[in-house]
Amino acid sequence: MENRVVITGMGVVSPNGVGLEAFSNAIQNGTSGIEYYSELKELGFSCCIGGTPAISEELKREYFTELQLKNFNSSGILYGCMAGMDAWKDAGLSISEDVDFESGTVFGAGTSGVEKFREAIYKLDDKKVRRLGSTVVAQTMASGVSAYLGGILGLGNQVTTNSSACTTGTEAILMGYDRIKAGRAKRMLVGSASDHGAYVWGGFDAMRVLTYKHNEMPQNGSRPMSASASGFVPGSGAGALVLESLESAVERGAKIYAEVLGGEVNSGGQRNEGSMTAPNSEAVQRCISNAISNAGIQATDIGAINGHLTATSKDFTEIENWTKALSLKGSDFPYINSLKSMVGHCLSAAGSIESVASVLQIRNDFVFPNCNCEDLNEDITGLISEDKIPRTIVRKNINIVAKASFGFGDVNACVVFKKFED
Amino acid sequence: MSTNDTLITDLKAIVKPYIQNQEAFDSLNADTDFINDLKINSANLVDVVLDIEDKFDIEIDNESMDKMLNVKAALEIIETKLEEKY
Repeated sequence: MENRVVITGMGVVSPNGVGLEAFSNAIQNGTSGIEYYSELKELGFSCCIGGTPAISEELKREYFTELQLKNFNSSGILYGCMAGMDAWKDAGLSISEDVDFESGTVFGAGTSGVEKFREAIYKLDDKKVRRLGSTVVAQTMASGVSAYLGGILGLGNQVTTNSSACTTGTEAILMGYDRIKAGRAKRMLVGSASDHGAYVWGGFDAMRVLTYKHNEMPQNGSRPMSASASGFVPGSGAGALVLESLESAVERGAKIYAEVLGGEVNSGGQRNEGSMTAPNSEAVQRCISNAISNAGIQATDIGAINGHLTATSKDFTEIENWTKALSLKGSDFPYINSLKSMVGHCLSAAGSIESVASVLQIRNDFVFPNCNCEDLNEDITGLISEDKIPRTIVRKNINIVAKASFGFGDVNACVVFKKFED
Repeated sequence: MSTNDTLITDLKAIVKPYIQNQEAFDSLNADTDFINDLKINSANLVDVVLDIEDKFDIEIDNESMDKMLNVKAALEIIETKLEEKY
């Protein structure tokens, strides 16, 4: 028998809100987490704005011991552990002294501890390998974040990190979902994290895919679906969800945020117009339509779409792909929004932070507003009605949200969340 | 205070962030074992050694490091290295 999978806890560390409550308020109010960073200017970046969660030294100490923080220099692991521990607590789960073989984690990352790695490289090149200390490996291995979380929470089921660029977070949810559905775990902490700052964002700046036109007005810089979209704004942070078999959740009397109905992951194979950096539309459409059929719903059941929508010229292509995959357009198209208008593109963390936002919409009956698209792209409004791209919050019962993420390597993921009904 | 007492005080301050048994730390003496008594994670012994190097401006070779499992051995190695230095 296949298990139904529900979400019983969430945690988030986002540029516009740290903690579920702050984040929930921020997305409803359209609060931006984008700021100007003078250090990027000094380093010669074209895009000097970005999104970084605000975390005080005091707050760090609510999650980590002094010993864990000694020589600690990995922002992604910091964000991931905070979000993961929050989600665990939110699910009403305690940290046991014993190993919990029924619980595991798939916690994704794009890179791990780039700043720590930089520190280590400088020492190595200075012929001081013996002076690196004991903390370099754990903080720079790709699986650093899942390894830290596994230890903190005592997880004894699968403990791993997935990595698929900007698809990472959404893929992690589907990987955890599959494991619980198949009966191989009761609970999976799923999510993803991304380091912040110059060493992660520099490569994108070099590719000229970041906007350089909004350094004076950072909060207006991230403009998905806008006619004046001119590239994405880099972000960082982490999102986490506790997935649990329905049976286990009911047995514990846990609160249920939503059900994960299923989804799809695939790749365009970098064929046709697909490449390392651009999606193959055929694969995107196939990913979305397979997700819909795997979830056992009709396209018309979807109340809202949370898009990938980064604020590049590809936004139009994405909307076109949704209209084709769903066979819905104009006023029949569901509501659609992009969290990136508030927090930028949080890269490997994007899928999980945006999924937390998607599930909050189902839980609290709203569609959060799209910011910075007062001048909607006319090609996009040629396909779907303007009122389906809300610029102010819509208070409405939202039953089903489809959330998609697309990443470098021509990889796609789409997950379907539904309001829980017994 | 004798030189030895000063060294123990310095060493105590160095190991403090890594210990996981406060009781053994409070009664730290020459026979105290870093791993078995103070419950220092074995990976952190490397960090203790680096902190000792920084504090006393000495270099502890791999062979000495292997022997540095308790307070007594650590003190002896520090003293030897300090003597070599002056």
